Amino acid sequence: MRVLGIETSCDETGVALYDTRHGLLADALYSQVAMHADFGGVVPELASRDHTRKLLPLIDDVLGEAHCGRADLDAIAYTAGPGLVGALMVGASTAHGMARSLDIPVLGVHHMEGHLLAPMLEDDPVAFPFVALLVSGGHTQLVAVEGLGAYRLLGESVDDAAGEAFDKAAKMLELGYPGGPAIARLAEHGDPTRFRFPRPMTDRPGLDFSFSGLKTHTLTTIKALRDEGALDEQAHADIARAFEEAVVDTLVIKCRRALDDTGLKRLVVAGGVSANVRLRERLDHALTKRRAKAFYPRNRFCTDNGAMIAYAGAQRLMAGEHDDSAILAVPRWPLTDLRPPAV
Amino acid sequence: MTSHAASLTHSKGEITTSMPTLLALDASSNACSVALMHRPAGAEADEVSARLSLTPREHTHRLMPMIDDLLAEASLTVEDLDAIAYGHGPGSFTGLRIAAGIAQGLAYGAEKPLIGVSTLAAMAYAAHRQYHLRYVIPALDARMGEIYVGAYYCHQGQLTPLMDEAVMSPEALSLPAGQEDVDWVGVGSGWKLWSSMPAQLQAEIGQHIEDLAPVAEDMAYLASREYLAGQGQSPHLVQPVYLRDKVAWRR
Ligand SMILES: Nc1ncnc2c1ncn2[C@@H]1O[C@H](COP(=O)(O)OP(=O)(O)OP(=O)(O)O)[C@@H](O)[C@H]1O
Repeated sequence: MRVLGIETSCDETGVALYDTRHGLLADALYSQVAMHADFGGVVPELASRDHTRKLLPLIDDVLGEAHCGRADLDAIAYTAGPGLVGALMVGASTAHGMARSLDIPVLGVHHMEGHLLAPMLEDDPVAFPFVALLVSGGHTQLVAVEGLGAYRLLGESVDDAAGEAFDKAAKMLELGYPGGPAIARLAEHGDPTRFRFPRPMTDRPGLDFSFSGLKTHTLTTIKALRDEGALDEQAHADIARAFEEAVVDTLVIKCRRALDDTGLKRLVVAGGVSANVRLRERLDHALTKRRAKAFYPRNRFCTDNGAMIAYAGAQRLMAGEHDDSAILAVPRWPLTDLRPPAV
Repeated sequence: MTSHAASLTHSKGEITTSMPTLLALDASSNACSVALMHRPAGAEADEVSARLSLTPREHTHRLMPMIDDLLAEASLTVEDLDAIAYGHGPGSFTGLRIAAGIAQGLAYGAEKPLIGVSTLAAMAYAAHRQYHLRYVIPALDARMGEIYVGAYYCHQGQLTPLMDEAVMSPEALSLPAGQEDVDWVGVGSGWKLWSSMPAQLQAEIGQHIEDLAPVAEDMAYLASREYLAGQGQSPHLVQPVYLRDKVAWRR
């Protein structure tokens, strides 16, 4: 089955073609990051307009790259949520229109299920069951995954998502948007011993996260240094390092705990923050010690992309799932509302 | 779901030359609509059948079934169409993109040309078709105290624009220069802001009909002319026309 995947939930237009026998045939991405950078974050109306401009050309590119005609498609999967409702509607309505004229099934896919299954596109794919850490701009969740659609929430952030915390800290340090990569780059030159930031909610049991206190701590540190006239370039780097260490440490502690609680030996890490190199190093180290293994999507598929939507959609389409004539755009949609495909 | 889907008039005989088989859709306002222009087997003339749904927040649920219905009723598939058209705006931003997405998807999938139709032109055409008006100023409420507005001369089913469509405050509206002494009629929700319009304009406008909205049926007529004039385009080129491009982009 050849499935076209369409992702337009936020600020990237992603399209890919996945073949259930031959794997990923092509994928293309257009990122709007530069456009939104001037505004310090995603402007929903601009994002939606840009999806409408970019989507068909990207579909054309992907089909061209795969040497496929429109008639070679067997189904279309699109991101139905969660995300920005106006942006979601662009992909959803285009998918439905196209599926109707090609007379093929179409399916709305959960964006986070896409992230969750993204490591299955790699050469060494993870097998069920596993624990998943979803860390992105909008999510920080630990989920026990028994199989497709069988998700149990183990813990999540009670306030900011980890990626959001990176973005906010970057703003305080006057780095650009998105903040994650910028902080990571600056942290390279930072002294890890100069400041120690708190590891929120790690001193008590449970798998929930909180990152808003860390944000306040960062702001207080910056203010104090500025008042002393000591907020130089090195101080910036040292703060970035302390911040990154604190987030990474917190995530690693909770992942260890989740594996211990569930007795599982496989961990999937997905979402934009999973591109963070220090996080991967620490996790690999922690997991090797307990003979567990971490699985990551390739870097390109850590952030939003069409390939993960094509893949997740294909799994459900193969089981016979598809939309009726309603075009789906669901801005809020808990992952745990999903069910395994009805057989 | 409180859906109101009504079958509109089947207007016959109005057209003499052979028209294209064409599907038009619109989601630019609180209503959404679909129209199919075709010549039924054995019939002498083309006809336009249409569906309308007054379900403000349910365009995404209503449009595909209406398209399916009309095509099934005429025993046609998307393959049989010569072209697709949609209301490209101005109007509700999200609505424009829903219509654009469906229309682009349909056209791209079936490799058909796409035609974008102005919602304001469609309103002028409706005024001409229904009330035989000639000089029409269609205006839509653009929120934020502004209107989307255009001006058209309508003659024998042909529309000639007399000003560039624009978004403006009702206080700034004036008749096209040199055309003040004809019998102008205002149509559309924009005229609800009548009290904010200049006194001079109020004196010049014969009457205004607030209760006239853009629908796909009028777009089908306008698009068929465009199609016959060779104006069908590759689908990705036919983008929504928002008119409001410089809003303070708040986060
Ligand atoms: N190397 C990195 N280190 C830390 N954070 C990073 C890194 N690269 C990206 N990020 C963060 O990842 C986030 C973007 O990830 P992604 O595109 O998956 O999420 P999103 O679209 O914002 O949210 P969601 O997918 O939850 O709707 C941003 O917050 C960004 O700062």
